[in-house]
Amino acid sequence: MEPIIEFKDFSFKYRAQAEPTLRDINLSVMPGEKVLIVGPSGSGKSTLAHCINGLVPFSYTGDITGSLKIGGKNPADLGLFGMSKIVGTVLQDTDGQFIGLTVAEDIAFALENDMVPQEEMFKKVDEVAEMVDVKQLLGHAPGEMSGGQKQRVSMAGVMVDDVDILLFDEPLANLDPATGKRAIAMIDQIQKNKKTTILIIEHRLEDALYRDVDRIVVVGEGRIVSDTTPDELLAGDILEKQGIREPLYITAIKHAGCVISPSDHPQHIETMNLESYKQPLKDWFASAEGKKPGKETASVLKVEDLYFSYVEGSPILQHIHFDIKKGEMVSIVGKNGAGKSTLSNLICGFYKPTKGKILLNGEDIAPLSIKERGEKIGLVMQSPNQMISKPMIFDEVALGLAVRGVPEEEIKERVYRTLKICGLYPFRNWPVSALSFGQKKRVSIASILVMNPEVLILDEPTAGQDYRHYTEIMEFLKEINETYGITIIMITHDMHLMLEYTDRAIVIADGHLIADDTPAKVLTNEVIADKAYLKKTSLYDLAVNCQIDNPSEFAERFITYEREHRILKENRADG
Amino acid sequence: MAKILSYEEKDTWIHRLSGVTKLVFFLLWCLTSMLTYDTRVLAVMVAFSLVIFKISKTRWKQVGAVFKMIMLFLVLNVTAIFLFSPDQGTHIYGTRTVLFHIAGPYDVTKEQLFYELNVIIKYFTVIPAVFMFLVTTNPSEFAASMNKVGISYNVGYAFSIALRYIPDVQGEFTKIKHAQEARGIEMSGKASFISRIKNTSSIIFPLIFSSMDRIDTVSNAMELRGYGKHKKRTWYMERKLQRNDYLVIAFTVVFMVIALAVTYSNGSRFYNPFV
Repeated sequence: MEPIIEFKDFSFKYRAQAEPTLRDINLSVMPGEKVLIVGPSGSGKSTLAHCINGLVPFSYTGDITGSLKIGGKNPADLGLFGMSKIVGTVLQDTDGQFIGLTVAEDIAFALENDMVPQEEMFKKVDEVAEMVDVKQLLGHAPGEMSGGQKQRVSMAGVMVDDVDILLFDEPLANLDPATGKRAIAMIDQIQKNKKTTILIIEHRLEDALYRDVDRIVVVGEGRIVSDTTPDELLAGDILEKQGIREPLYITAIKHAGCVISPSDHPQHIETMNLESYKQPLKDWFASAEGKKPGKETASVLKVEDLYFSYVEGSPILQHIHFDIKKGEMVSIVGKNGAGKSTLSNLICGFYKPTKGKILLNGEDIAPLSIKERGEKIGLVMQSPNQMISKPMIFDEVALGLAVRGVPEEEIKERVYRTLKICGLYPFRNWPVSALSFGQKKRVSIASILVMNPEVLILDEPTAGQDYRHYTEIMEFLKEINETYGITIIMITHDMHLMLEYTDRAIVIADGHLIADDTPAKVLTNEVIADKAYLKKTSLYDLAVNCQIDNPSEFAERFITYEREHRILKENRADG
Repeated sequence: MAKILSYEEKDTWIHRLSGVTKLVFFLLWCLTSMLTYDTRVLAVMVAFSLVIFKISKTRWKQVGAVFKMIMLFLVLNVTAIFLFSPDQGTHIYGTRTVLFHIAGPYDVTKEQLFYELNVIIKYFTVIPAVFMFLVTTNPSEFAASMNKVGISYNVGYAFSIALRYIPDVQGEFTKIKHAQEARGIEMSGKASFISRIKNTSSIIFPLIFSSMDRIDTVSNAMELRGYGKHKKRTWYMERKLQRNDYLVIAFTVVFMVIALAVTYSNGSRFYNPFV
């Protein structure tokens, strides 16, 4: 059989760049294979995807050496439109990919462009909609749908073309964990039913491996670092070296001092042979330390019996109550649309609660205006592009002070101090446009920190970031939390974030508070995880399968160990 | 706000008409109304417009706010005509019947009042047709209709895409506005008009930048699915012309011909009751 994708000594350099982004790529994919492509940001994995779907060289031009054949043909001969008949791409941004005004039109988009007669379109759209289970939604507009549903529409939109290859660009990035799991199952089903070749680009390895894949290709610094089976890859240490997060159960087994053998099938925790790891894990559990109880501090933000509704009779939030202590790092979690953002909007004063109180340091903040609250409670938006409005870094960070009429000398001093804290001082006279995404994120955080808030609320601080950038941003937040005692609240659906960096998780589902506990307890509680569209952590399964009787304590000790381990590792790196 | 002048699904024979038919009707109707100043023709058109408006089951809430705006313009328009050209009526109808004198060159004449009455009636022949067209035509079908009457599908699709992303941009706008307000940028009535205008830039720039990100994705997504491959494309939401459509188009054309014939029968666009 001929490979459907074949790279031979392939290199690619973007026109605007000095160095090639991809070097000496040799990769073959056989028809019907399911391949996962992983790699950190900037590794070249997105460029690899662009080469496969034709955006390189047709939309992004540059120099190509070596050869690439898709379906036995040279992409340059087929053109972008010819390529779109062979490769269907599902983009990460489900909103951006949703072009039609309704589901049916979006699915039909490719057919319309191909001048398919209407009768045939109706038939085809129905057929494909059935396949991805969106038949009931055909008349819906994108605004009425969840992220998971929109993604299924995107899949249908490329499947109408009967493509041979489906390429998924970070399919999990914008989905809550439970929906992500469903998406992976759906992809698996498509591959089994239609024998389509599937390529998934994703850095959330553990979630992507929810269903079997044939191979995992690891891309690092423009080269293919590894191309092997999941079992082989998980047993080795390539992932750690490349800065890609291993599945948590794998890390836990390694912490217990075990060497993982590929023959034990570590791809899925449910079916992995754990016999030889049980005893070491039990020993490790017995010796590992639990979480140290934190100091009791005073309450900083207290919410009492909060209700909110736009229209009377259909409440968005009901009976929400929690008490956040000074210096805590807390996550607010729950599925998309559960009311998390509404809660932060109420705290910041954009909306008024229907009932209930919000107290800051024991005082009701109802009389305070948005601006006054903004001096005490800072809000950082998901994307720095949603906040940055000045061309120069200094001006951007100074903005909040300038509009408050702070004297110029003081502004200068406070901005410089904040820039130092955020590691941006060397760039103080730079334009914002010269910064990387992570640095821009810091600028947006700095522009809030400069006002000396007591509480910082961050909306999805790590969305769309790979493990390295994720760690960078989170370590920075942890540092300002620990060093300056700023209370940090994060709205997220990233389970790793809540598990690794927060002491407490406030879980909201369908407008109700359903849990307020340590992340380890929340993520080992099936009922809560289900209701909030989270996923049980694999540490739970690992503990249960090893007959460890307290899975949530196991998870707790794992996190404590991880945190200390990370600090040690950093110190080693520094010194 | 978002619901004003937007399409609402209802089951009337007007809703069931193809977008092409409604577009043709709308264009020819407006053209007729623009050309004629014949009061008799205009009166028939107003009566007819109101009937259509009634049949289309359009609720006042859908159009009320816009109607008020148009009324404001109408008042401005009528006043301006009088201010700048108080003798336009005399000029047209050839007689001058002064009712009373105001000041300077400003006399109120019967002819001027009659002329301005015609202007007002013209507004009322068009307004219901515009409303009817907007609230009974499915926006998805709109692009298809434009393409059918010979306009390039790029134009139609640009409309469609705009409609698609307006809610997204609105949502983004609110988010950005909130975040900037929290930073202390006053956008409410508390700030002076000038500073509010200045402060708008702190919302507009982030809005533009985040929209640019979006544009890149959208255009890639469209190209990857073959947009622009051929000179023509088909439309999923297109409605085939039915018996009623042909009847309406035929009626519109006939009506236009008769209306213009009646209008020009006396050699000018105006109906003159003064001679």
